[in-house]
Amino acid sequence: MTEQPLLIAEGLSKNYGTRLGCRDVSLEVYPGEVLAVVGESGSGKSTLLGLLSTELEPSAGRVSYRLRDGRVADLASLGAAEKRLLMRTDWGFVRQNPADGLRMAVSAGGNVGERLMAVGWRHYGNIRGEALDWLAKVEIAGDRIDDDPRAFSGGMRQRLQIARNLVTRPRLVFMDEPTGGLDVSVQARLLDLIRGLVAELGLAVIIVTHDLAVARLLSHRMVVMRHGRVIETGITDQVLDDPREPYTQLLVSSVLAA
Amino acid sequence: MNAHAVGGMPEITYNFAYLDEQTKRMIRRAILKAIAVPGYQVPFAAREMPMPYGWGTGGVQVTAAVLGPKDVLKVIDQGADDTTNAVAIRGFFEKTARVATTTSAVEATVIQTRHRIPETPLAEHQILVYQVPIPEPLRFLEPRETETRQLHALAEYGLMHVKLYEDIARHGHIATTYAYPVEVAGRYVMDPSPIPKFDNPKLDDCPALQLFGAGREKRIYAIPPYTKVRSLDFEDHPFKVQRFAKPCALCAATGVYLDEVILDDKGGRMFVCSDTDYCNGRQEAGHRGEMSGASPSPQPSPPRGEGADGALNLSPPGRGRPEGPGEGTSGVPTTPSSAGDPGSAGAAPSGMTGQGSHQP
Repeated sequence: MTEQPLLIAEGLSKNYGTRLGCRDVSLEVYPGEVLAVVGESGSGKSTLLGLLSTELEPSAGRVSYRLRDGRVADLASLGAAEKRLLMRTDWGFVRQNPADGLRMAVSAGGNVGERLMAVGWRHYGNIRGEALDWLAKVEIAGDRIDDDPRAFSGGMRQRLQIARNLVTRPRLVFMDEPTGGLDVSVQARLLDLIRGLVAELGLAVIIVTHDLAVARLLSHRMVVMRHGRVIETGITDQVLDDPREPYTQLLVSSVLAA
Repeated sequence: MNAHAVGGMPEITYNFAYLDEQTKRMIRRAILKAIAVPGYQVPFAAREMPMPYGWGTGGVQVTAAVLGPKDVLKVIDQGADDTTNAVAIRGFFEKTARVATTTSAVEATVIQTRHRIPETPLAEHQILVYQVPIPEPLRFLEPRETETRQLHALAEYGLMHVKLYEDIARHGHIATTYAYPVEVAGRYVMDPSPIPKFDNPKLDDCPALQLFGAGREKRIYAIPPYTKVRSLDFEDHPFKVQRFAKPCALCAATGVYLDEVILDDKGGRMFVCSDTDYCNGRQEAGHRGEMSGASPSPQPSPPRGEGADGALNLSPPGRGRPEGPGEGTSGVPTTPSSAGDPGSAGAAPSGMTGQGSHQP
């Protein structure tokens, strides 16, 4: 593979006062690759995701991203306007709680159409057509297009959030525990959907999860974190089937067999 | 407020137009900045005014800052010169600035308005001052002021279209009929205050200077003369103004904004010009609507036309005065006595006095 990485993190650290968020994390994400970040609660997964998506400012280290024009830019050097444009066109962010990622008072169609309108779409019929198209892709019936997400179930809200993020065909999507709080059968359907979309659109995904089954199903590579540091990285199957670090072995052995 | 109180109280004198000179300078600086950056909301240190928020405290402060002794002031409230708010503010400046007042949109040099733009086209020497309740067009879509400021700074206005999208999705057309968002000079999106969208086209390329003051929210913004103002819309749902099926019942005007007046409890109603000055002018010029009667009198009384009589300068005991609680408490009907009011040119008697004693 001669492809260049899409996102490069070098020596990322974040301190919250004297407490440590994460320390000296370096990683690369390639186009079309799904990278899982796993670890127990408080291991710095969400901090890392915040740093990579520039929602948090690192105490040390930097994040570079290859823009659509091929230029590799240090994200800290981008202006606010450029960064926001990047976030609403080339990136997506699927949050654990759909209420944080959706506009709950705006209809499903409006939620999906918002990014399109933000990049200059001004034709109602086209926006609505695209929204219908995306609702179908995430298995939401077309006649729910004018309903508020408040009237949706948890699984539907999560799928709507995915549609809202993918409508501008981003190249990189951040996901923070996208299946958290959903029951098992809904989780399975959602994972199936995400896997299908990722393959179809060639998305690069950085997914944070504490659920090793999610990591196993979705990701190509994984990063194991503990106490703010990356302790093991590798191909997902390799890490899960043959964990090297004692902590990873513990994690893997803690999974309950159904 | 009761500067000319009866019982031997000392007479209070105000600085010209009520506000002190430093405050007026501060407001003028904000106005200059607002004119320099059309549509941008300039923060200013709004003062406490002798009227409640929501009654035009922002507009009054802007008017006070731009008013000169030779100005002629007109105040309109929902198009009318004789409603409580208009009478009160006109009386306020008669008393504190002793400026001439008028109800004529042609004679006025400064027009303070709530919810309407006069039907009479404005001219270069005029200033139109709007009273603004909520200056932030994105307020109900994005409640965080820190975020809306970012959105304005980066000209990220997709959210504004989400609102219009929702309108079409719910109602089949853009159902926003007032405070319809506009883009000023190709840059800032602005709330034109709650004027009917019927008036939006008048904002565009207007020869007069338009100033917007929001007292509670402490913001001033402006549209300089001859500025491009575009109402937001979709390509397949273009901006349209309301149309009325019938002409004005008093002056037969068409292509103007009409108010619906309920006449009885049997479904009787009439549609009359919301701009009373315009309507009166047309009636004086001999135009007659279907309900104006045959009388050539310049101030016809429509049948049972409560609230629709065109009588302008006879306002005090007329409409707008709630006959509610408070009236009877003193035992004597409170009629503002302003016969001896030295400052008023005999037009509208001290509205503030009347208003103060009548608000429940």
